[in-house]
Amino acid sequence: MGEFWEFVLAPVLIFESWRFGMEVAISGLLAGVMYSLVALGFVLIYKASGMFNFAQGVLVLFAALNLAGFIGLGVPIPLAILLTIGIMILFAIVVEYLILRHLVNQEQIILFMATIGLAFFLSAFGETIWGSDVKKLDVGIPQGRFEPFGIQIQYLELTAGAVAAALVTVLAIFFSKTKIGRALRAVADDHQAALSVGINLRTIWIIVWAVSGIVALVAGTMWGAKSGVQFSLSEIALKALPVLILGGFESIPGAIIGGLIIGLGEKLAEVGWGPYVGGAIEDWFAYILAMVFLVFRPQGLFGEKIIERV
Amino acid sequence: MRLKGLTLGLAAAVAATGIAAPAVQAADTQYFPLFTYRTGPYAPNGIPSANGIADYLNYVNLKHGGVNGVKLVWEECETGYNTKKGVECYERLKGKGTTVVFPYSTGITYKLIPNADKDKISILTVGYGRTDASDGRVFPWTFTTPTTYWSQASAFIKYIGAQEGGMGKLKGKKIALIFHNSAYGKEPIRTLELLERKLGYKLTQLAVNHPGQEQKATWLQIRKIRPDWILLWGWGVMNQVAIKEATNIGFKMDRMIGVWWSGAEQDVVPTGDAAKGYKAGTFHAAGGDFPLIKDIKKVVYDAGKGIKGGDKYIGQVLWNRGMVNAIFATEAMRAAQKKFGVKVVNGDQMRWGLENLNITAERWSELGLKGFMQPVKNTCADHEGNGPVLIQQWDGNKWNIVSDFITPMREVIRPLIEKSAAAYAKKNNITPRKC
Repeated sequence: MGEFWEFVLAPVLIFESWRFGMEVAISGLLAGVMYSLVALGFVLIYKASGMFNFAQGVLVLFAALNLAGFIGLGVPIPLAILLTIGIMILFAIVVEYLILRHLVNQEQIILFMATIGLAFFLSAFGETIWGSDVKKLDVGIPQGRFEPFGIQIQYLELTAGAVAAALVTVLAIFFSKTKIGRALRAVADDHQAALSVGINLRTIWIIVWAVSGIVALVAGTMWGAKSGVQFSLSEIALKALPVLILGGFESIPGAIIGGLIIGLGEKLAEVGWGPYVGGAIEDWFAYILAMVFLVFRPQGLFGEKIIERV
Repeated sequence: MRLKGLTLGLAAAVAATGIAAPAVQAADTQYFPLFTYRTGPYAPNGIPSANGIADYLNYVNLKHGGVNGVKLVWEECETGYNTKKGVECYERLKGKGTTVVFPYSTGITYKLIPNADKDKISILTVGYGRTDASDGRVFPWTFTTPTTYWSQASAFIKYIGAQEGGMGKLKGKKIALIFHNSAYGKEPIRTLELLERKLGYKLTQLAVNHPGQEQKATWLQIRKIRPDWILLWGWGVMNQVAIKEATNIGFKMDRMIGVWWSGAEQDVVPTGDAAKGYKAGTFHAAGGDFPLIKDIKKVVYDAGKGIKGGDKYIGQVLWNRGMVNAIFATEAMRAAQKKFGVKVVNGDQMRWGLENLNITAERWSELGLKGFMQPVKNTCADHEGNGPVLIQQWDGNKWNIVSDFITPMREVIRPLIEKSAAAYAKKNNITPRKC
């Protein structure tokens, strides 16, 4: 095989050593699940309000900061989790009261701009309350690794996979089987129409922002257990964007499948092609991969194709 | 970013009330702008660094009434570790009597170097910045004192050689460099490649993008390569993740050595037990068990004149390093006052002071820092000083020095510096000074 083909097929040739290939693949898939956890928060708010929540990454940081902060103060872990959930619900109420109710039926770009402001406020607010120090976050997630058939798998990532599966199941049931879930979907389609049939828009927005905040707490806990809780956690949103582009902004299964494809794709690319081009290609490769999908399915893999009459 | 910067700037200003001296320079005061990053992703490192400088300046005023009667004043400018903001800070503060700046960022340093000559402002980059600026003939206004990334890289190789039983044993050994994908992270590559050709080890370079929260692909490659040693050239969250990933794949932590910016409490404490045994470079001692540091705590903090919540950083690696910055600047000022018979020194005089900086072992003792650092002596041609490097190791609670001072491979590094500086001079039409 010539050098050219060796380069082209590098991500596939990783599997010449099947153990190593499987390790790359499994790690990629599990990393993808971690991205999906962040992407889910975006999807929830987009589904319910058609709003791209720029603040979602900061929401992950804010939730993790509160949890780590309470634990650091000596609060028992279960109580710290409950307190943090309470804060995320309170935050949802405040956001609805101060921002969202004033922006009903506004252009999407206005809503988007509002979330930009929210992001900067929230990160500064979190830092002001809890400080800038890196905080250790230990909620009992097992650390370390095990090696079935010589393939190394980390407990943390496996836990993240299990948590994501449980979360998606709960959310899927919530959206399809409950009255609130159906109301959420109605609001997403048309604010005014939803209001006209008696759906309380404000309650729906509070619920969806609260659920999104709780999902952010789950994502923040997983990422925080890995790296400690610090400001850069908010930048993890950048890893979720290609997942959203690929999976569709309004599909929960899309966020999961998109995460798996992005995670697998970027790891194979980095390990396969990285050494040929100086490495560190996985970040932009994820976006390239997402854009390729975008060309063929602009609405994402699972997004709804919207046809508007003009 | 503007809103955030404003909000946090206000918060920082409130937090710092009472400690930042007035920024307006009076006739009998010496002004120092401090480029800080108390906000943003690198704030956990930026806060102790900035405090170290401010606390020492504050201490000199409180304890000694300034330097030979000249009160020190300083003003913070928040860069967020952002090069563009750093340049804005420089432009805004350079006219306020600035004679020396501490950019605290390699990116900002690169941008400021071309202006230093024109503005007559010295750039003091303690343990970072542009390594070839050590050649004072080409870079008269830039100081890399007391050592550089290239020196450190060569010292690491010497240390690894010693651990392996001699430099001859390095042949065939596998060394992986995991680096922040930035100008800073790429600094040691040239040195390590040169030594690879000379000593016969096999170097693998693995770049990690900012901020380094996700490094799985890098560590999969480490699993495959199975290096004998890992050198970590990280910053911020990249360090904590790397340490955790190393533990997760079962890599022996005492064979992983971080650059001195990967070897602070902020890098290891959040990882829990994972960092036990991890090593890092440094050029000064760790901890607060020195008379000067104890006195700073007493004079500044116990008297209620310190930065709110700042006492917890005293004696930490990054705080100590910030203090070293301030010591270099004030010692240079002291030397210039003596040489020129002035009280407040100007840009030219400060530059002379830095170029003739000579902190002997006796002077370190007088300062209350006996054994804290090696003597430092700059010359017209050599702005790096002596460049010795220490290796420290984290035991789960604190950093311990585990090596003697390692003299870098000057015979390898200095020609590299001179060659690179000469190329810079040629490109920028600079006629090197005769020294």
